[in-house]
Amino acid sequence: MTDTTATPRRLPNRLDNPFKSTVLSWEGLLVLVAVAIFILNSFASPYFLNEWSLSDMTFNFTEKALIALAMALLIISGEIDLSVAAIIALASTLMGWALQFGADTPVLVAIGVGTGIACGAFNGFLVTGLKLPSIVVTIGTMSLFRGISFIILGDQSFKGYPPSFSWFGQGYVWWVISFELVLFLVCAAVYFVLLQRTNFGRRVYAIGNNDVAAEFSGVRVARTKFVLFCLTGLMSGMAAVLLTARLGSTRPSIAEGWELEAITMVVLGGVSILGGAGTIVGVVLAALIMGLVTFGLGLLNVPGIVMSIFIGALLILVIALPILWRMWRQRTAVRSA
Amino acid sequence: MKLFKVLAATTAVAVLLAAPAYAQTRIALVVKSLGNGFFDAANKGAQEAAAELGDVEVIYTGPTAATAEAQIEVVNSLIAQQVDAIAISANDPDALVPALQRAMQRGIKVVSFDSGVAEEGRQIHLNPSDTALIGETIIKLAADYLPEGGDVAILSAASTATNQNAWIDAAKAALPEKFPNINLVATVYGDDDSVKSTDEAKGLIAAYPDLKAIIAPTTVGVVAAAQVVTDQNLIGKINVTGLALPSEFKQFIDNGASQAVALWNPIDLGYSAVMLADQLIDGKEAAPGETFSIGRVGEVTLDDTNAAAMAVPFQFDKTNIEEFAAIY
Repeated sequence: MTDTTATPRRLPNRLDNPFKSTVLSWEGLLVLVAVAIFILNSFASPYFLNEWSLSDMTFNFTEKALIALAMALLIISGEIDLSVAAIIALASTLMGWALQFGADTPVLVAIGVGTGIACGAFNGFLVTGLKLPSIVVTIGTMSLFRGISFIILGDQSFKGYPPSFSWFGQGYVWWVISFELVLFLVCAAVYFVLLQRTNFGRRVYAIGNNDVAAEFSGVRVARTKFVLFCLTGLMSGMAAVLLTARLGSTRPSIAEGWELEAITMVVLGGVSILGGAGTIVGVVLAALIMGLVTFGLGLLNVPGIVMSIFIGALLILVIALPILWRMWRQRTAVRSA
Repeated sequence: MKLFKVLAATTAVAVLLAAPAYAQTRIALVVKSLGNGFFDAANKGAQEAAAELGDVEVIYTGPTAATAEAQIEVVNSLIAQQVDAIAISANDPDALVPALQRAMQRGIKVVSFDSGVAEEGRQIHLNPSDTALIGETIIKLAADYLPEGGDVAILSAASTATNQNAWIDAAKAALPEKFPNINLVATVYGDDDSVKSTDEAKGLIAAYPDLKAIIAPTTVGVVAAAQVVTDQNLIGKINVTGLALPSEFKQFIDNGASQAVALWNPIDLGYSAVMLADQLIDGKEAAPGETFSIGRVGEVTLDDTNAAAMAVPFQFDKTNIEEFAAIY
């Protein structure tokens, strides 16, 4: 008896040759940029190719990149969270506050991560429950969360975290591989699977492309968005644990300005700021590029002001290149027709 | 494959280049943020020290945003560059500690100046001055222009301001012995608010007709008091003095409302920080009671926390206000 149930033919996402589409994709471009910057750095500074230098470099981006992973999903779904850095401040402050009552490491971590989730849920409730625009809500909670930190701490600081807690931000798992880097790579893998290999991920893209259509197709838009805000809060809480452990102290001004750096990584990673498109691979590569650029320029003692100009130019260049390429191709196509 | 070969080749070349190319001593001057006139002046002093020492290169660096996190990135890149010493004005006394401890573990000498780092994160801290020296200086600034003595009053910041209160206490302690003919008639508080400081200055002038000088150990109060003296045509009768930013205060030195004011000299501060770092590199140990030479500025002795006070506040008058007003 012959088996008549033919396996369904897998339809590729694109009809191009897979190798060609990989090289010409955004991620392919980012890989080239990363390799180019790596080579340039190696030539520019004799101190770059050293295992400890490269290890130190990762501390420049791991915490922000953790947030960028969740932020990418949120932006793909058409929302944004500007309060992530303020969540770090509040989570760090509450950890420091608990420390005053003798909380030990597991409790501190639970408080940090728990505060993150609670703040994310609060944002999510305001956006999905009260139907407020996320940019307005999170500008508000940005001031709210950091404001609470300032009320609790004023111009004081919390310090004296136990060594077992400091390990999260200063410890190494093996050789020069830090705990922060391992955690980031694990989270990146989890988010890759979540966004690109699960139904949940497909729903996030659907909502970002057209949330009304998604709603009518049976996707629970509000609940999905609520989960995304909680995830962003969770990652901010984790970043708060790492950063607090790395600094060994808490001040209300902790992580100031990090929301824009996380969003820069997301946009540089090829996520459409209008929602509906983007990949985790791109975001991870963008985080690596930001780390390579800032550390490489730092090794040359380039002033920070010049560094900001560099990052800005890189962002515009990477975004403009594919558009220019498309315009050029269209023009040549018209000419040859 | 080709890409891999290119990468491998360039890596090999870069490793060859990585052989240490600098025999010079490198000292990094890490400031709170770049683009700040005060620290540019500190760098000027640091470069002077480098020129004087000969074989020293000063790397002037710092973040764009005055945050601890950004400063840690700068410190990490300096550790990677294996500099010999870091002289830092910290954005946060605690958050920089782990990064600077790592630097010290790798053999880098660490000096903090201006804004200090907690004791465990540095070897020496250099204060621009200390409480007793500041207290004495603010009275001396008035007394120098009152050879026959007379009434003076203090216009401070908030009554709760820790720094100002400590300086005023030190000033009062210095009065009976060193300035017997100076009579401190009142201390009032302008809360570092221009309007309130102006009102308090007017009140002093009305209440004490024989007032010869107003001493304001705050950059806001001193400007307000000088403006009142100018507006009420009391130039020559009442001398305004205290702690002032040269750029803000230049007009009142020029019009005569004030003979002289004082503040820390950032050039000397940068110069002294580099001098201290250089001696640590040469093997001198930092310990309480130890004396370090700071070149043309003199010498300092470390206290119990390995902190030192550089010098008395630097005096600005008609002869040098022009030069320093351009700096900060």
